[in-house]
Amino acid sequence: MKTFKSILFYTGAVALCVPPVFVFVWMILTGLKTGVQNISYPPEFIFRPTLENYRAVFQQYNFFRYLMNSLVVAGLATGVSLVLGLPAAYSIAKYRQGKIGLLILVARMTPFVSYLLPWYIIFRHLKLIDTYTALTITHLIITLPMVIWLMVSFFEGMPEELEDAAMIDGCSRLQSFLRIVLPLVRNGIATSAIMSFIFSWNQFLFSLILSGPKTKTVPVAVYNFISYGKIDWAGIGAAATLIVLPVSVFAFFVRRTIVQGLTMGALKE
Amino acid sequence: MKTAPSTISRFMDRHQALVYPAPAVIALFFIVIIPIAYNLYLTFTKWTIGLGQPQFIGFGNFIELVSDERVLNGMKVMIYFSGLSLSLELVLGLLIAVYFNREFKGSEIVQAIYIFPFAATPVAVALIWRIMLNPEIGVMNYLLRSVGLPGSLWVSSPLTVIPALVMVDVWKWTPMITLIVLAGLKSLPHDPYEAARIDGANTFQIFWYITLPLIWPVLIAALMLRSLDNLKEFDMIYTITQGGPGISSETLYLYSYNVGFSFFKAGYGSALMVVVFLIVLVFNVVMNRMRLRAQDL
Repeated sequence: MKTFKSILFYTGAVALCVPPVFVFVWMILTGLKTGVQNISYPPEFIFRPTLENYRAVFQQYNFFRYLMNSLVVAGLATGVSLVLGLPAAYSIAKYRQGKIGLLILVARMTPFVSYLLPWYIIFRHLKLIDTYTALTITHLIITLPMVIWLMVSFFEGMPEELEDAAMIDGCSRLQSFLRIVLPLVRNGIATSAIMSFIFSWNQFLFSLILSGPKTKTVPVAVYNFISYGKIDWAGIGAAATLIVLPVSVFAFFVRRTIVQGLTMGALKE
Repeated sequence: MKTAPSTISRFMDRHQALVYPAPAVIALFFIVIIPIAYNLYLTFTKWTIGLGQPQFIGFGNFIELVSDERVLNGMKVMIYFSGLSLSLELVLGLLIAVYFNREFKGSEIVQAIYIFPFAATPVAVALIWRIMLNPEIGVMNYLLRSVGLPGSLWVSSPLTVIPALVMVDVWKWTPMITLIVLAGLKSLPHDPYEAARIDGANTFQIFWYITLPLIWPVLIAALMLRSLDNLKEFDMIYTITQGGPGISSETLYLYSYNVGFSFFKAGYGSALMVVVFLIVLVFNVVMNRMRLRAQDL
């Protein structure tokens, strides 16, 4: 009876894991098929894989450049968000500065298009369209509130005594913040850094309007695969795999703290 | 660690509550508040980007908005899409979380698999879904037909486009709700469950009378978190249908984008964006009331 129950449970568990796995597998398969195989019916599940699409994606579509663009923008947005966000989150948690929390809530509720239109007009005026500056600034609209919002809950969960002990030992507040407090919340920092990187990497709307030939990021680049008249499905499969893989690996490593961060943040808001 | 504190360091120590948040607040003021204010100003103007200067027209845009049929359509699509996807994500997320809420070998693997749709780049997976949903050669119809069901037109028909988009949204976001609720379930107290079991309550009674009320605040919080993005869903709909066929999947948000960046009508577009913001705001205020009431119980 017990084995039967457990078989039943695992059958259900596997069934519940099929949807996420299937789409992931289908994405990889699409990238390994030839163009003809991709439009044949019935769809082929077993075939001789080809790396031709990956070669094309890098050589014809110059995808390496777009990957670098995304890396630069996501890296900059994340770095700036941490430098500005960590002290702010610490202060909000310590001094209960709820009003700043309200500012962050407004930032999160406002539709991205509401920012995009003014920024587009401003950047157009300043001739900053298609620059890393424009992309990083707009990505900060998403990543900075996210870092602060996540970090406040991590700072609140931190014991205050340790910091007091450091102060008694003659540390200045700045020293104790840098040497005692930040190492204590390193899990939180890793989580918010990776979340910030993922959301900047995945950002489409701002980059769609504000990037150009020089700074095009990967979501816009892969989207352009469908606007060349004929849809290159094999190329999309390969490019999508290249885009999704890095962020999936990142998320995998911090999956536990991501959930913790989201839950704590959600419960407090 | 004992170095003589410099003047700057001493100043920072004395005014920590001011100095630490200041850079972030100033940054947010420039990147968030100023654009919002500019956007609000534009709502009272008529202006095609690139042509002349904004003209003040008072509430003209809001008057135009009331009689615009695409606004009405956008609201309907938004309610249909968000209502269906949010409720499915919540119910499925909760049920799956309850299912996985036990000790078993492989729980780590489930967690790893469930984080994937959350992290996956929306545009990239939306394109893969677009391929899978192709009515003639897509794998979804192949799978349906191979078990004897008729294929669907999915996103190619105005009748099925919203349910099909909801399916993609549910695919992407239910796992996140599951993981959040699962973390919430793990932190629930044990006592009520033991008492209920002693009283002979069955599984359904335990779920309905104990688990559900206890997890309710987490559930509403997850819904609020999710609604912030769901009501402003753009990437997935834009990538798969661009609001089509016709305007059958054009949410109010997508329409406001089109007005701003396809028609370049800055004033009218801004007015539409304000309406979207108000919808998100009202929804979250109502949800927050519900959550606070649930926590008081």
